[in-house]
Amino acid sequence: MGASKTTGRSLQHEAWIALRKNKVAMVSGFLIIFVCAVALLAPWISPYPFDEQYLDQVLAGPSERHWFGTDSLGRDMLSRLIYGARISMAVGVITAFVSLIIGTAYGALAGWFGGWTDSALMRIIDILDSIPSIILLILVKLVFEAADIIGNPELKALTSMLLALSLVSWVSLARVVRGQVLQVKQMSYVEAARSMGASQLRMVAQHILPNILGPVIVLLTFQIPSNILAESFLSFLGLGLQPPYSSWGVLANDGWRSMSSYPHLMITPGVAIFVAMLAFNLLGDGLRDAFDPQMRGRA
Amino acid sequence: MIGRLWGTGTALLVASIILLSFFNYEIPTPLVYLTALAFFGGAGVFIFTRGLTIYVIKRCLGAVFVMWVIATLTFVLLRTLPGGPFDSEKALPPEILENLAKKYKLNEPLINQYGDYMYNLLQGDLGQSYKYINRGITSIIAESLPNSIQLGVYALIISYMIGIPMGILAGWKRGSWVDFSSMMVAMSGQSLPSFLIAPIFIMVFAKQLGWLEPALWEGPTYYIIPMVVLGIRPAAVIARLTRASVLEVIHSDYIRTARAKGLDQKTVLFKHVLRNSLIPVLSLSGPLAAAILTGSFVIEQIFAIPGIAKHLVLSVTNRDYPLILGTTLLFSLILVVANLVTDLLIAIVDPRVKMG
Repeated sequence: MGASKTTGRSLQHEAWIALRKNKVAMVSGFLIIFVCAVALLAPWISPYPFDEQYLDQVLAGPSERHWFGTDSLGRDMLSRLIYGARISMAVGVITAFVSLIIGTAYGALAGWFGGWTDSALMRIIDILDSIPSIILLILVKLVFEAADIIGNPELKALTSMLLALSLVSWVSLARVVRGQVLQVKQMSYVEAARSMGASQLRMVAQHILPNILGPVIVLLTFQIPSNILAESFLSFLGLGLQPPYSSWGVLANDGWRSMSSYPHLMITPGVAIFVAMLAFNLLGDGLRDAFDPQMRGRA
Repeated sequence: MIGRLWGTGTALLVASIILLSFFNYEIPTPLVYLTALAFFGGAGVFIFTRGLTIYVIKRCLGAVFVMWVIATLTFVLLRTLPGGPFDSEKALPPEILENLAKKYKLNEPLINQYGDYMYNLLQGDLGQSYKYINRGITSIIAESLPNSIQLGVYALIISYMIGIPMGILAGWKRGSWVDFSSMMVAMSGQSLPSFLIAPIFIMVFAKQLGWLEPALWEGPTYYIIPMVVLGIRPAAVIARLTRASVLEVIHSDYIRTARAKGLDQKTVLFKHVLRNSLIPVLSLSGPLAAAILTGSFVIEQIFAIPGIAKHLVLSVTNRDYPLILGTTLLFSLILVVANLVTDLLIAIVDPRVKMG
């Protein structure tokens, strides 16, 4: 390690340099970009519409016409997989983003003000943490769907899924942000800003938040795959999205029923989830090592 | 010395109960009482002598408070939901709806319903199911909980049995191919959704080899696939954490001292590294319990295991609100107790931890 010669290299820049050297993480990063591109471009690159039935091709195995075969209603698996990527990735990314906003605001509030505010806010988190997340997910979905705000059933299922996952996943982020803020608050540069007469908002926005970015980015990278998995869990249990909507969890649930005779229906979405999860987890590992100077050169 | 004797004895008692249950033998009641006595008595003595009494009482009161908040919130949420459980079926005549509402006391003011519910809850009565006519929630839970607990405990044990040796080996031989390959396996295990592993296991061990049963929950050959599938993710997490913890300990000063004293590798590993690096792993038990709880939903569904999670999923589809409420409380209670026990175990194992 030692002191670097160049001055003014930010923590983020240092981390980026460390990350670029990590081949596994870089490959995972490109894989994620690829999956995101596929998801975004779904209407243009998928060979068939995701809900179009080809009744002469029901439950066909992989062929030239249908690379990954067709399902029990004769729908093209590749197209369903591509559209599934769209929903699964959207669920992962959007919920991570929402939980980033809620979690950062909440955690920063608790950590910055401390004292009475902190204990009250943390007590709420303790309670939320005591309910198993899958039950919290189910409850939020149940309440939202019974409240009947959105008429369209498909849109309702998707919105309630996004809402439930966002409401559940901000908690761990808030914990981390709070811990980090408590640490950074003690730093002399914050003290310096305070003595220069900086406003509270300015101190938090300019000095605290940029310095806790590392752990937050790392946690977000781990949160995206766990949200994707949670979505597929719920859809697999029949409590999430429903066909003809296509997400990887819906496909897995579909495929599971005919596993022994038509394994391709199960394996295709399963492998897609596995690869995406692996890529996110490996990238998250790489990011953690990159942001943590102590870990450099150890593993 | 006495502490260690007690620890070993209690562990043996617990292990014997788990083994008996695994092989479907009747568990003798005196054994259960003896184990409970040894566990709680020993823990009580420990808590008292270490001056942890006030901390434990505080934590228990905190747990009761959390459970009360959860019970209240869930109750209010579920009772004030628009649309009732009896909507979904064909439109019922108003007289029948009236009778149903009367039977389940849905016409009374919410505060009275709440009072009733809390009063019954304190006596262990969780109310009547909307779906299963004339069945109490408590009896439904009593019937299915043992299966879920069995599944969860077996999965936890198998995950520790796989994860800890893997992590120690990887950390001890860091940088070697052993390290690399076991971490690759752990990473894959963490990324594999259980509904992908389960069919593969069923195909191989039940269909092809015919050694094990593909579904249901009736004996050792039925238990193995579900418990392994459920244990894989936690095992991967344990392995990775153990490795990180071993690396941390290896770099500490007291290990350097131990090596400088000229102790051989085996002594350093077993006497110093192991004991200190397993404490963070132990503190993972609470979150692991939560993970296993979550995982059990999919596992019980796939293997048609008559457990609580399956009831919860069904009750959501059926809108059986009392059953949702009861299972939610039960799962939260399990999690709260798991976290409490984890913290206490840490306090017992690690004298460095000071509890306020």
